Amino acid sequence: MSERKIRVVVAKPGLDGHDRGAKIIARALRDAGMEVIYTGLHQTPEQIVATVVQEDADAVGLSILSGAHMTLVPKIVALLDEQGAGDVLVTVGGTIPADDIPELERLGVAAVFTPGAPTDEIVEFLRGNVAEPVS
Amino acid sequence: MAIEPGPGRRAHRWLAEEYQRENERDVPFETLSGHPVAPLYTPDDLSGHDPERDEGFPGSFPYTRGVYPSMYRGRLWTMRQFAGFGTVEETNERFRYLLEHGQTGLSCAFDMPTLMGLDSDHSRSLGEVGVEGVALDTVDDMLTLFDGIPLDEVTVSMTINAPAAIVLAFYAVAAEERGFDPARLGGTIQTDILKEYIAQKEWCFPIEPAMRLVTDMIEWCSSEMPRWHPISISGYHIREAGATAQQELAFTLKDGLTYVERAVERGLDVDEFAPRLSFFFNAQIDFFEEVAKYRAARRIWARELRETFGAENPRSLLMRTHCQTAGVSLTAQQPLVNIVRTTIEALAGVLGGTQSLHTNSFDEALALPTEEAVRIALRTQQVIAHESGVANTVDPLGGSYFVEKLTDEMEAAAYDYFARIDELGGMVRAIEASFPQREIADAAFAHQSALERGDRIMVGVNAFEVGDDEPTEIHRPDPAAERRQRERLAATMARRDGVAAATALAGLAEAAAADRNLMPPLLDCARARVSEGEIVAALQGVFGTYSETPVY
Repeated sequence: MSERKIRVVVAKPGLDGHDRGAKIIARALRDAGMEVIYTGLHQTPEQIVATVVQEDADAVGLSILSGAHMTLVPKIVALLDEQGAGDVLVTVGGTIPADDIPELERLGVAAVFTPGAPTDEIVEFLRGNVAEPVS
Repeated sequence: MAIEPGPGRRAHRWLAEEYQRENERDVPFETLSGHPVAPLYTPDDLSGHDPERDEGFPGSFPYTRGVYPSMYRGRLWTMRQFAGFGTVEETNERFRYLLEHGQTGLSCAFDMPTLMGLDSDHSRSLGEVGVEGVALDTVDDMLTLFDGIPLDEVTVSMTINAPAAIVLAFYAVAAEERGFDPARLGGTIQTDILKEYIAQKEWCFPIEPAMRLVTDMIEWCSSEMPRWHPISISGYHIREAGATAQQELAFTLKDGLTYVERAVERGLDVDEFAPRLSFFFNAQIDFFEEVAKYRAARRIWARELRETFGAENPRSLLMRTHCQTAGVSLTAQQPLVNIVRTTIEALAGVLGGTQSLHTNSFDEALALPTEEAVRIALRTQQVIAHESGVANTVDPLGGSYFVEKLTDEMEAAAYDYFARIDELGGMVRAIEASFPQREIADAAFAHQSALERGDRIMVGVNAFEVGDDEPTEIHRPDPAAERRQRERLAATMARRDGVAAATALAGLAEAAAADRNLMPPLLDCARARVSEGEIVAALQGVFGTYSETPVY
């Protein structure tokens, strides 16, 4: 029986170039045995959702350090729903003020990882929360 | 009678007989960058070091001990806090506040759309207008941004790169319209596009046309704005992206040497423009490593300019630098502790001989800083300058066995990287081959792994945690700023002479295709109220765009 690897899109929405965190996460997830697709920088919500759909991803991690999370995340979540990918696990990482986390969770974000979050915590979260693939 | 052992043997014996009898803590004794550190440094460590040749005197070749003879006894460093948010009206108010509180120079942060060459009404700008900096679209915004500020007295630093030539043209035209002669304006614009491709990742054009724009600016400024620094060669962002101190030093200086090369190839006399090149380094938490980095940087720059490029004007050899404390060293946990980190980093910048300094605010791992946090950051510099006594003598760390040794090792590490980059065909080719990008990504990952293994301690993050922090009051971007900025842009567009704007834009595209210096047509565009986004789009029509292959 072959176990399907967890497929994760690591995405950088918005215009900023702070990709240190996204690249560290991408590498840590890859080292943990997941299939990682890193979008690269400056992605629009449309581009990110297209990648998620095309790659048939189980999860998408959005790295945002520009302060534009309350504009970008709702758009991405809505587009995923529209494209029939509403079951994809969405996580957010970056400089996200604590006050914004409940609203992001209400929108359907499964977890928000703020500065200082260890990578193994993120690996474990994905392993524990990605829906069991249908065999 | 026993023969008195020489100093070398004494140190050896001390290590074997005294030191090694004691227990060492079980931690890696290395710098933040992973460079090994010995238990003790003695004159033996400096056997190949010649103080006269390698240190010299402050204000004399090779400038290891400082670029000016009197350093802070003559004049303190410039306390220059980076600021910018919302619309130009709000940022203008913050500028005036900072000047009233004793700040001695201005430094402007632009928002992401401005840095990426997009107007505030572009669909990709949505949610980012005025968030990470101030929004700027046309020369009218520039006029409001510096309204009431005496541009002939205050020096202004503008942090923008890919569209730097456009923003410089806006600034020169705004000054001219207010009656200031551009030739008398002092300040700096960052312009360092190579480190964008390496680390900060904000670009508009492919590398070669971007390099042409930089060279156009250097050429134009040397005759038209001779007091202006057309480029600030920056290691700051390279370091923030995860580089070691050695990589920051090597890649930054190699970038700088590449700009010099291009300008010389253009036919400029090195002594005509080199005195106006300036630098911008990070000030990280490993105090001695940082001090060594600045000292090595001055020495390498002076030597390369004199020996490789034949500079004769002593001012061409001076590596003048701005420093900023490290954003990545700040923690979201127990944020007040960041004041302590910033103090140590600022002290490293000062004892490393910086010409100007920005201290980060303690709340910057959470959001843009509040006014109170900015004031404390400025006060940190004032305490160092006026209370600590460190400004009383020049280069007080010079002659320390450890600091001199570390400086020499830092220099050797830089030359190793220079050789590897040269093998790849120079910095532009190395960037195309993702060499510096990969080195930085590897260093960033190694640092994160060390944190997670507990080999490196970050107070409040992987040790000495307190659970939930008290909520910190944070700066919230004004959600109405985006609408106000779009209205400002629409108003300028409605007021301007459409035919004049179109003519200026056509002239720019023609000059771009014809390989002429682009500064004069950019000034024409600024005067005609052509927006930044329109200019970038027109230039992209000629030059194309850029996208990277990410490495991780």
